[in-house]
Amino acid sequence: MTGERLNAPMGLLINRDQPVSFSFEGRHYRGYAGDSIASALIGNGQWLMSRSFKYHRPRSVLTMAGQDANTLVQLASDPNVLADRTPVSEALRVEGQNYAGSLEGDRDALLNHFGRFMPVGFYYRAFYKPKGIWDWWEKAIRKKAGLGVVDLNATAGYHDKEFLHYDVVIIGAGPAGLSAALTAADAGVSVLLVDENPVIGGALTYSRFDPAGVHADGLRNELSEKVLNHTNIRVMTEATCNAWFTDNWLPVIQGKRLYKVRAKECIVAAGAYEQHVVFRNNDLPGVMMCSAADRLMKLYAVRPGKKAVILAGNDEAYLTALALAEQGVHVAALIDMRDKAQDPALADAVAEACINIKTGMTVYEALPQAGNKHIRAVDVRAITGQGKVADQGEIIDCDLLCMSAGFMPAYQLLCQAGARLSYDDERARFEITDLQPHLHIAGSVNGVYTLNAVLADGKAKALKALELLGKAPAEPVPAVHCEKQMNYHWPIFKHPQAKEFVDFDEDLQIKDIVNATRIGYRDVQLVKRFSTVGMGPSQGRHSALPTARLVADATERSVSETGVTTARPPFNAEKLAVIAGRAFDPYRQSAMHHRHVELGAKMIPAGSWQRPAFYGAAENRLECIAKEAHAVRNKVAVIDVSTLGGIELRGPDAAEFMNRIYTFGFLKQAVGRTRYAVLTNEQGVVIDDGVSCRFAEDCFYVTATTTGVDSVYRNMTRWNAMWRLRVDISNVTSAFAAVNLAGPDSRKVLEKITDLDVSAQAFPYLDCHEADIKTAAGNIPARLLRVGFVGELGYEIHVPSRYGEALWDVVMQAGAEFGITPFGVETQRLLRLEKGHIIVSQDTDGMSHPGELSLGWAINRKKPFFVGCRSVDIVMNAKQTRKLVGFTLPADLRHKGLKPEEGHIVLRGDDISGNITSCEYSPALDAIIGLGYVGIDQADTGSQFRIRVSGGHEVQAVVTELPFYDADNKRQEM
Amino acid sequence: MPFSLLKYGLNNDYPFEKDADLPAPSTLKSHYDVVIIGGGGHGVATAYYLAKYHGITNVAILEKGYLGGGNTARNTAVIRSNYLTSEGVKFYSESVKMYQELSNEFDFNIMYSRRGQLTLAHTDSAIRAFRQRTEVNKHFGGKTELIGPQEIRELVPTLNMNPGHMPVLAGLWHMDGATARHDAVAWGYAKGATQRGAELHQLTEVTGVTVENGKVTGVKTNRGDVGCGVVVQAVAGHSSILAEMAGFRLPIVTYPLQAMVTQPVKPFLNPLVSSPAFHCYVQQTGRGEIVIGGGSDPYPLYGTRSNLELKEGLLVHAVELFPFMSNLKLMRQWAGITDMTSDYSPIMGLSPVDNYYLDAGWGTWGFKSTPICGKTMAELVASGGKVPELIQPFSLDRFDTFRQVNEMGATAASH
Repeated sequence: MTGERLNAPMGLLINRDQPVSFSFEGRHYRGYAGDSIASALIGNGQWLMSRSFKYHRPRSVLTMAGQDANTLVQLASDPNVLADRTPVSEALRVEGQNYAGSLEGDRDALLNHFGRFMPVGFYYRAFYKPKGIWDWWEKAIRKKAGLGVVDLNATAGYHDKEFLHYDVVIIGAGPAGLSAALTAADAGVSVLLVDENPVIGGALTYSRFDPAGVHADGLRNELSEKVLNHTNIRVMTEATCNAWFTDNWLPVIQGKRLYKVRAKECIVAAGAYEQHVVFRNNDLPGVMMCSAADRLMKLYAVRPGKKAVILAGNDEAYLTALALAEQGVHVAALIDMRDKAQDPALADAVAEACINIKTGMTVYEALPQAGNKHIRAVDVRAITGQGKVADQGEIIDCDLLCMSAGFMPAYQLLCQAGARLSYDDERARFEITDLQPHLHIAGSVNGVYTLNAVLADGKAKALKALELLGKAPAEPVPAVHCEKQMNYHWPIFKHPQAKEFVDFDEDLQIKDIVNATRIGYRDVQLVKRFSTVGMGPSQGRHSALPTARLVADATERSVSETGVTTARPPFNAEKLAVIAGRAFDPYRQSAMHHRHVELGAKMIPAGSWQRPAFYGAAENRLECIAKEAHAVRNKVAVIDVSTLGGIELRGPDAAEFMNRIYTFGFLKQAVGRTRYAVLTNEQGVVIDDGVSCRFAEDCFYVTATTTGVDSVYRNMTRWNAMWRLRVDISNVTSAFAAVNLAGPDSRKVLEKITDLDVSAQAFPYLDCHEADIKTAAGNIPARLLRVGFVGELGYEIHVPSRYGEALWDVVMQAGAEFGITPFGVETQRLLRLEKGHIIVSQDTDGMSHPGELSLGWAINRKKPFFVGCRSVDIVMNAKQTRKLVGFTLPADLRHKGLKPEEGHIVLRGDDISGNITSCEYSPALDAIIGLGYVGIDQADTGSQFRIRVSGGHEVQAVVTELPFYDADNKRQEM
Repeated sequence: MPFSLLKYGLNNDYPFEKDADLPAPSTLKSHYDVVIIGGGGHGVATAYYLAKYHGITNVAILEKGYLGGGNTARNTAVIRSNYLTSEGVKFYSESVKMYQELSNEFDFNIMYSRRGQLTLAHTDSAIRAFRQRTEVNKHFGGKTELIGPQEIRELVPTLNMNPGHMPVLAGLWHMDGATARHDAVAWGYAKGATQRGAELHQLTEVTGVTVENGKVTGVKTNRGDVGCGVVVQAVAGHSSILAEMAGFRLPIVTYPLQAMVTQPVKPFLNPLVSSPAFHCYVQQTGRGEIVIGGGSDPYPLYGTRSNLELKEGLLVHAVELFPFMSNLKLMRQWAGITDMTSDYSPIMGLSPVDNYYLDAGWGTWGFKSTPICGKTMAELVASGGKVPELIQPFSLDRFDTFRQVNEMGATAASH
């Protein structure tokens, strides 16, 4: 069944020709396309939608605008979904959440009777005695906390992002927003109009603005038509501007897309939140805001009750009374907390509709049906003072109570922009002040409520924005004035049996707020933190105003002084998937990647790159590494070093720049020669190293570590922003692909593929040359560097990336007759360790200075300056505490599980004196070798130190002179 | 039902005395023995231990906002001691031990929750670093292990072991890792301190520091001048600004650090999970909310406004680690202000001004050290300037002598 609906023109959003079936808590219901879950349920008489956070009280719609947590329901893989904002769709399965058993018969509802055992902050004073008991209680409490259930198998689906730029962005397409949009667009600027509802019009779509209820529809049609057809206006409906970030940077969420919008001018016309009256049982299903009843009828053609009582703090409620009466709801009484209506004509109209108006009175308590499932009557009392009522009252039966205590401006975006809320005691309302210059407010968010004033305010703010855009307004900015009084000053009525809810999300009553202040939490921020007021899903939309009033009253301060807690982004809860968008997961493959894969390489991440660790199956790791190392030491082998950072410096000051950045001297570096380059930071800590190649007087090509190059490059550009030397700095890492061709036969391989004279005399160690590599398909321009990282005769060959694969192929072909073997990073690590070369970041930490690393030789002490030179001088002259040394252990320890691993600690007595940074079994030496920091008194060659290895065992290592292999460096220099 | 709750239920009125937790505002005296600037966790903890262990109670805590409203309120309440250096591990381990006793000591539940902290290694260099942290921790009696993928799966079955192109290779499993209700820590200390006679003055902003002949003699505030024998500065986020009032500079650069929280859902995550490579950590609070945090903003700033870019980057990583969280809804985003030192360790002890003691440079590691920091600062004050051994490594002059305590790697995105 679809339930009985009201006749058109009620039901603006629903399509009666398109019924939709869905289920809630396993029962099947029908609604119409355009219905929200909540409207469809109420249309079927199903009021109960959720259980409250703490007491598990039955809850139903409060605002019908997604501004409360009362309608949070669970979809299959979507917890905490707002039923009053989520459309029904065919076969949608909806469940309640946060209950034990069933939503209807929630066993936890028993907690409602134990409220007195759980005063505010009770958990700070219980559950911890005797010591240790909290561990048990915590588990139990955690299960009761939380709302919905996460589907652990849920996937995000496709979400994306789009950038937009507009002259004027208007948030809220109510009368103020529409008026502003037309004014701005008519002046020729681009306008984006954002509204969270399916149709534009704002309050014009559901509210009454005149007793007869005829004005709104006509005006809405007229303005909508103009706006929707205006070429300068883009309208985004069902879209939420979810935050304000600096300089009008606005995240607008529509469906699965996040629009990132930059607005030159932003006009917020987002309206105001109708406020509840705080009285006992004000949370019963059937108690709602006046605007919620208006929305149910006008938008969804759902009659919210049969017999209504209206609780008014302003004239708006009178209009709701008229709307209800018109739709056949018997309005039993209109209870006005004020002495009289502001507009006498309105009171007359209500009286003419045979509605009994009772002024100076309030609802003191809503009386429930069994199990608190719905309201059945109200206890109406005369107001005798602030928050005080007469002892006796009148019981009026009803199944609907519509209330309006006043309005709170939609302040969130504005406060995120640094605006302030100041309380106007006269009008009992918060006003927004201290706006950013390019941010404007119009309509009810600005405290303007009468329709003509709202339209004028929209126009005025658009004219103001135009002026700031440099478009002189064609007409004078109208002065806007609104005398309408919307807020009743103290709509808070304490009841001895409490349950007068201030915060529905967190089940907080008057006494909870007052008691928090009473025991010392006076600041509104402390009240929030102690009581959790405003911390729930609706983030204080309704609790902020009564809390400010209660705290002010209890601490004898003004409401302005008390204030509200900070509004932070986002405005509405936003799905993580929407903000995350498409995961940007950059990773890099070298130009030779596919060749490695074909050869069966085990790939590992190195920074954002993928590199071969070794070639072969993971389970044969050690054998593969030993085989590759053997090839390098005895024949010839090749490794892809494309990921190595490359930075090119060109310009007359290139040498001067190098000289200031790196520790060595570079002014006299000869063209065609390479030089080791160490980089220190201002603290004198070694942060990177590489090889500097000088290809011309004004051209250096310097390598950097794979993971360090981006920060090296950033640092270089930062320094040169200060130095302003005549040098261009480019990070050319991905412009080059490179291999290191290493091993005794490497010269023979190189000879075959280049015409350059590569003899020891013509191309000695540490030389670099530009030359062509010959392939069948033509020559490849290349940079050749004679280097010695792995300790054998070797050449790095750098070519433009597009030739990377061709380079690999030609090297492999040329090397075939010599048995060339590809080798990976792990093998390279072993080989360089045999040579005692450090890897910056593996063998260094955040404190390693050149002295500790025995890199004193790589520092030029004669030049006037390099980055970190002052610190290097200080630390190297101070008493040394530790040193990176080489060490050796017997090979057989690895079979006993006693081989030290990188990260194990070095001991001196009971103290930790250092740590192991590199450790491998060296097949060439048949020993375990490594690098590690030891205490300075442990660092002499030949001395022994203890390493604590896995399982808490200790082994004795011997400090060994570096390098371990080929001490005279004959092999790399041959 | 615990007895205490029964007691409340049988009481018709709210069962606590007026001002049971915090005193009503009082007038500011013209002189105190000790002025503590900053009413955050550290400041009130210092006052608490001064009163409790040293009988020093003529103490004023001056707070420009409200109690615990700075970084005490904004941090993500991670308690751990799995640092890298001996100095760091000794210091933070002591703090963890003290935390475990606080609820019973205060007679106020700080909801200390020992969840364990799991830090993920996606690269072999991370494994090396984690192994060292494991060994250092164990050496000082901490409960920390380097664990493999299978054990990680068992601890956090919901974790995506293959996020992006960075498979999870290993984890640093710190069983002592915990969380607590951060506000309650400040309140418990404030309650204990004020009940013993210390004065807490909120909405009292220090606008100047009076130094005579190299010695501090008082402070200027928006409520008038106050003379004092000793000043302790404990103003995380504004340390350099206050030090400048006292006439010296601190080697601190100040950055915003953002965090965010989702709507509450039923529990699915017990340990605190952190991935330095993804600059992301995730934990579920006792209320069921998921707290997500990451790295600092890249530019120095004193503003606590949050931004979109960090949120986008952080949430990409959060949903890569826990793909199903893509359907959770973010409720709130905020920022704290962190005073970063170059070695990621605090600055504690003496300052260039006599009788002016420093408790600064708390970057992203301030909350977890609250108890031990309060205790050692109180010792420092009570002894008339003798720096306790535990905090000697954190002295300000280490930046002149380059004897820094480097915790950079042990701090990344784990806080």
